[in-house]
Amino acid sequence: MNVPSEHLFFLSAGLFALGVLGFLVRRNVIVALMCVELMLNAANLAFLAASRSHSSPGALDLQGPVFSIFVITVAAAEAAVGLALVIALYRLKQSVETDSASEMKG
Amino acid sequence: MHYDLLLLTFLPLAAAFAIAFTPKGAEALQRYLALGATLIVAVLGVRLFLGFGVEGTPVERYVFDAPWFTLPSSYAAPTQVRFKLGLDGVSLLMVTLTAVLMPIVILSTWGHVHKRVKEFMVWMLVMQTGMLGTFLALDLVLFYFFWEISLIPLYFLIGIWGGERRLYATIKFFLYTLAGSLVMMIAIISILWTRGTSDVFELINLLCRAPLEEQLWLFAAFALAFGIKVPLLPFHTWLPDAHTEAPTSGSVVLAGVLLKMGTYGLVRFCIHMLPGAAIAAAPVMMALGAIGILYGALLAWAQDDLKRLIACSSVSHLGYVVLGLFALTPAGINGGMLQMVNHGISTGLLFLLVGMIYERRHSRALDAFGGVAVAMPIFALFWVITTLSSVGLPGLNGFVGEYLILYGSFQASPLWSIVGLSGVIFGAVYLLMATRRMLFGALDKPENRELADIGAREIGLLLPLIVLVVWLGVSPNTFLSKTQPDLEQIHLRLAEARRALLASAEASPTPTRPDQEQSR
Amino acid sequence: MQDSLSQAWLWWIPLLPLVGSALCGALHLATLRARKSDPSAKGLSAFAPLVACAAMAGALALAVRGFVDLRALAPSARTLLSTSWEWITIGNPARPWFDVDVALVLDPLSSTLTLVITGVGLLIHIYAAGYMKGDAGYAKFFAYLNLFVFAMLILVLSSSLLGVFVGWEGVGLCSYLLIGFWYEKGWPAEAAQKAFVTNRVGDACFLIGSFLLLRLFGTLDLADIVMRMKADFRLDTIDAGTQLNLSLAALFLFGGCCGKSAQLPLFTWLPDAMAGPTPVSALIHAATMVTSGIYLIVRLNPLFASSPTVMTLISAVGVTTALIGGSTALVQRDIKKVLAYSTVSQLGYMFLGLGTGAFAAAVFHLVTHAFFKALLFLGAGSVIHGMHEEQDMHKMGGLRKHMPQTFATFLAGAAALSGLPLMSGFFSKDEILAHTFNSGGVYYAFWIVGVLTAAMTAYYTWRMVALTFFGSERFDHHHVHPHESPALMTVPLMVLALLSVLGGVLGLPPVFHVAHVLDGWLAPVVEPGKAILAMHHPHEHLSHTVEWVLLGLGSAVALAFAHTGFHAYTRGAERDLAIERGAPGVAGFLNEAWTIDSAYSRLVVMPLRLCAFTVRFVIDQLVIDGLVNGSATAVKNIAGRVRGMASGQLESYALWMGAGAALISLWWMWS
Repeated sequence: MNVPSEHLFFLSAGLFALGVLGFLVRRNVIVALMCVELMLNAANLAFLAASRSHSSPGALDLQGPVFSIFVITVAAAEAAVGLALVIALYRLKQSVETDSASEMKG
Repeated sequence: MHYDLLLLTFLPLAAAFAIAFTPKGAEALQRYLALGATLIVAVLGVRLFLGFGVEGTPVERYVFDAPWFTLPSSYAAPTQVRFKLGLDGVSLLMVTLTAVLMPIVILSTWGHVHKRVKEFMVWMLVMQTGMLGTFLALDLVLFYFFWEISLIPLYFLIGIWGGERRLYATIKFFLYTLAGSLVMMIAIISILWTRGTSDVFELINLLCRAPLEEQLWLFAAFALAFGIKVPLLPFHTWLPDAHTEAPTSGSVVLAGVLLKMGTYGLVRFCIHMLPGAAIAAAPVMMALGAIGILYGALLAWAQDDLKRLIACSSVSHLGYVVLGLFALTPAGINGGMLQMVNHGISTGLLFLLVGMIYERRHSRALDAFGGVAVAMPIFALFWVITTLSSVGLPGLNGFVGEYLILYGSFQASPLWSIVGLSGVIFGAVYLLMATRRMLFGALDKPENRELADIGAREIGLLLPLIVLVVWLGVSPNTFLSKTQPDLEQIHLRLAEARRALLASAEASPTPTRPDQEQSR
Repeated sequence: MQDSLSQAWLWWIPLLPLVGSALCGALHLATLRARKSDPSAKGLSAFAPLVACAAMAGALALAVRGFVDLRALAPSARTLLSTSWEWITIGNPARPWFDVDVALVLDPLSSTLTLVITGVGLLIHIYAAGYMKGDAGYAKFFAYLNLFVFAMLILVLSSSLLGVFVGWEGVGLCSYLLIGFWYEKGWPAEAAQKAFVTNRVGDACFLIGSFLLLRLFGTLDLADIVMRMKADFRLDTIDAGTQLNLSLAALFLFGGCCGKSAQLPLFTWLPDAMAGPTPVSALIHAATMVTSGIYLIVRLNPLFASSPTVMTLISAVGVTTALIGGSTALVQRDIKKVLAYSTVSQLGYMFLGLGTGAFAAAVFHLVTHAFFKALLFLGAGSVIHGMHEEQDMHKMGGLRKHMPQTFATFLAGAAALSGLPLMSGFFSKDEILAHTFNSGGVYYAFWIVGVLTAAMTAYYTWRMVALTFFGSERFDHHHVHPHESPALMTVPLMVLALLSVLGGVLGLPPVFHVAHVLDGWLAPVVEPGKAILAMHHPHEHLSHTVEWVLLGLGSAVALAFAHTGFHAYTRGAERDLAIERGAPGVAGFLNEAWTIDSAYSRLVVMPLRLCAFTVRFVIDQLVIDGLVNGSATAVKNIAGRVRGMASGQLESYALWMGAGAALISLWWMWS
C-alpha cells in the first residue's frame, strides 16, 4: 500500500484546521488545550510526510522524525503546564471557561 | 591563566548570592558581608592598579579569555563570542575607581538605608559586577551583556529606596537608557554579522579601515547610547530627576561610575574603534560638550535644591570630558580620561556630603539652610575642599583635567575651548553660591542650631577620597603614566585615519557643482 | 642652571608657611574639640600666632639667605634654581607632547618680592596676633594667613606659568577665605564670593593666554619663553600672524592681571573685599596679592614689550583706574574704603608705569606701596580696634591725643602715600610719571591724568588724616573709649613707618647722582623687554632740567593739595555734608565708584541670572522635558486607542495570532 505524500499533507492540513477551529470556537479551556494538541499532531504528521517525500530508499531523511519527537516532548510539557494552569484557573475562578479569565482586557 | 579579573568581577555577585540566603532580620550581617566583599575587591583593584605597567608583573594577570558561544555570521564560520575580560590603560582608571568607591558607598548606607537592607545590598553588589564587567569586557557581546546588567539594579535602587517622585524618575531613566542601548544593539548585531568576530581588539583592527559611511552610522548608533548615558545635551534631562530621587549611595554610584560607562564607551568604541568617524564627527561632539558645559552650569545656577544643583553640575563637568575626548589631541584625551576620575571623586564626595546633611536636616532646599558652618565646622571644611576640587582649583584634582581638556580643545578649536572656559567662571558661581547659602550667613533657623557635626564613620568615608583629591592634583603623573601607552595606540589610529581621510580627499577632488559647470 | 647646582632648600621658603598653616589648622581643630564641652574654651589656639610667626620668620631668613647668595653672584648669573616638581607629563617622558615641570627660581625680581612678602608678611602676622586676639577663629585665621603666604610665594618663585597659576588661584582662594572670615555676618561671605568670581573671570583670561603661549613656544617655562623671545622673535623678522598671537597672548594675560590686581574692568571686588579683617586687607589687598599682576607683566616683560598696542592699553587702563579709584576715595566715609580705593588707584599707577616700559619703576612703586599701604591699613586697623569696630570717619576725630603712636606712624604713611617730598612714595610715583612724560604722544594725556590723580591722592589722604586724628571728637563718649593699641600692634607700625619714610633710597632719581639701587638690581630681568622697546622707539633720557621741573611740580602738587585737603577737614566733616547738599549727583556718582558696580549687576549679572532661569524653566523643563514627556503622552494616547483590540477573550487573541502567522507566511511565499 502506497499512500501518496500529498494525501498526508491534506490530512495534516485538515487536522490543523479542525484544531484551529476548535480553539477559536470552544470556550472550555480543556477542550482548547486538546485542540492545541491536535494542531501539534497535525504538524507532526506534516513533518513525517515531508521526511518521507524527501527520502530515497538509500538515504533516509531523519530530520522530520527527529523534529516530530521534539514536538511530542514539547507537547507533553505543554500539556503538563497547561493542565496545571487549568487547575490554578479553576481554583481561582471556580470555572474552566475561557471567558472567565478576562483580566487582560485593555 | 590568572583569575584575578574573574575574581574581581564576580566576587560582588557571589557576595550578593550569599547575602540573598541570609536570614531576613540579620541586617548587621548583610551590611558587613557587603562591606567585606567590596573591601576585598578594592584591595584587589588597587593591587592590580599598582602592578599595572610595572616591569615584572605578569601580563596574563590582566587578561581572562575563554570561548563562550557562537552566533551566526555572514561568513561560513560562525562568530565566536568569547568571555574575554582585560584590563588596559583605557579601563584601568575606571576599574580602580569603581573598586575603591564601592566600599565607601556601602559604608555610607549605614546612615540612610534602614528598610529592606538585604535587597539593597544585593542590588548594590550586582551593580558592581555589572559595572566592573562593562569596563573589563573585551568582547562586544559581553560588553553589551554587562552594560544592560548594570542598568537594572539602579532601577530598583531608585524605585524602592528613592524619594517622592521616584517612579517618574526611574521610568524616565530606564526608558532613556534602554532606548539608547537598543540602537547600540542594532549596531553590534550588524558588526557581528558583517565582521564575523566580536573580539574588541580584532574589531578595532578591522573597523578602522571600514568605509567612512559605515563608520559614521555605527558611530552614530554607539554615540547615541553612550551620549544618553553620559549624559550629553540634549539627552540629559533624566539625570537631574534620577539623582534627586535616588538615595545618597545610588547618587554616588550613578555619578561616580555609571555615567563614566558612557564616556568610557566613547573612548573605547567611538574613538578607538571608529577613528575616521570620530574625526568627522568631532566638531559636532565638541560643540555638544562645550555647550553642555555652559548649559549645565547655567542650569545648576538656577536650582534651589542642593542635590539637583549637583546633578546639573554633573552635566557641566561631563561636558568637559566629551569636549576633551573629541578634541582628539593627546592633551585632550588624557585630560578627558583624568577628568572622568576627577568627576567621580569630586561629585561622589559632594553627593555624600549632601546625603549627610539630608540625614540630619531632612531637607535639601538651599533656603532651609544658612550658617551651617557655625554648627558643623568639620562638615564645612570637607564641603569647602570638595567644592574647590570641583571648581578646579590648582593643586586639587579638578584642575589638571580641566587644564588638559581646555588646552587640548584649544589646539583643535579655540572657539569651543573658550565656550568651555566659561564653565570655569560659572562653576565658581553656582558652587560658591550654594556654599554661601548653605554654610555662611547667620545661623538663624532654629532647626539648624541643633545640627550635630559629622562623626568618625563619616569622616572615615570622606578622608580616602580627600586624599585622592590631593594626590590627583599634586601628582597626576602617577595616573597619567599608567594610561599613556594605551592612549598612544589610540593616537596612532587617529593619525592613520587622518592620513586616510586626506588621501581619499586628494583621490577624489571636490566635485564641482553641476550648475557651476553649466554657467561656465 | 645645571642639576648639580639645584638648590633644593628653596622649596622651604614656601613650604615653611605651608607647614605653619597645617599646624595652625590642627590647633584650630583641637580648639573646636575643646569647645564641645566648654563653648568659650580657647584650647590651644594661643599657640597659633607663635607657630605662624615662626614659619614666617623662617621663610624670611631663607629669603635673606637667597638674597645674600644672589648678591654674591655676577649680575648676569643671578639665578638660583631649585629641584623641579614634575607635575604633568603627557606622552613618552623622553619626548613628551605636553609637559609641566615646576621648579622654584630665585632671581632679582622674585627675590625682591619674596623679601617683601615674607618681611611685610611677618610684620602683619605679628600685628594680627594682637588684632585678632579673642576671636573665635584665632588659630584658623593664622592657618589661612600662612596658607596665603605659601600660595603667594609659589606665585612669585615658580619657574613655570602653570606654577604661577597655582599660586595665582591659591592666593585667590585664601583671599576668598579671609574676606569671608566673619561669614556669620552674611555680607563678608557675599563679598568673598564676588571677589572669587571676579578673579575667576581674570583667571579664565590667564588660561587663554597660557594656551596661546603654549601654542607659540611649546612650553610654559618662563625662562624659556623669555629666552625664545630674545632669540627667535625679533621685532624686525617676525611675521604678522605671530605678532598677532603674541599680542593676543599679552592681552589675555593682562586680562588675568586686571582681575587679580583690581584694574578696570574687574576692579569692583577690591573695595568689597574690605569686609575681611584689617590685617588681611593690609597683607593681601594692599601689599602682596593685588600686585601679582605687576609681577607677571614684569616677569614676561619681553612678551609685553613686543606688542606696543597692548602696552598702550595697559597704560590707558592703569591711568583710568587710577583716576576712578582716586576720585572715588575723595568722598568715602569709611576709612578702609578710602584706603581700598586708594589701593586701586595706586595699582593703576603701577600699570601706567608698566605700559611705558618702566618695569623697574613699577616694581619700585610696588615695594614702597607695600610699605606705606600696609602701614596705613594697619594704622586704620589700630584706629578701628581702639574705636570698638567703628569705621566711619565722620564718627571719629581728635584721636591723636588718644592714640599717639598710631597717629605718628599713620602720619608717616600718609606722607608717603600723598607723595610729600623725599618720602618713599614721592620717588616711586614721580619716577613713573617721569617715564610717562618721557614716552610722548598719547602718554602726555596719561601724564596729565596721572598728575591730576596725584593731586587727588594728596587731598584724600590728608582729608582722612584730618577727619580721623584732628578736629572735635565726634564719637559717643559714653560707649566709645578710644585707647592706644598694645605694643604687639604698634611695633610693626613703627617698623613699617621707618620703611615708608626711608624706602625711597631704593630708587633715587638720576638727578641725585646716586645709583638707582632697584634699577641696577632688576636690570638682568628687565633687560630683554628694554631691548625690544629700544628697537621699537628709542628715546632719550630726560634732561636734568626737565627732571628737576617734574620733581618740583610733583612736590608742589602734593604739598598744595595735601594742605587743602587737610585744612578743609580739620574742623569736622561739614565739607562732606556741604558737597552732598550742593551736588548730590556728583557725590553719589563718586561715592559709588562711578556707578560701575551697579551697572555690572544691572547689565551683566541680572541678564545672566535671567538666562539661567530661562535655561531651567523654558529650555529644560518646557522644551526638552516637554518633548520627552510629550512623546510619552503620545504613546499613551495611541495605546489608549489600540487597547480595544485586547478584549480579554482568548479566542480573539488566538485569531489575531493566527491571522498574523498567516500574513507572515504569505509574505514569505511571495517574496
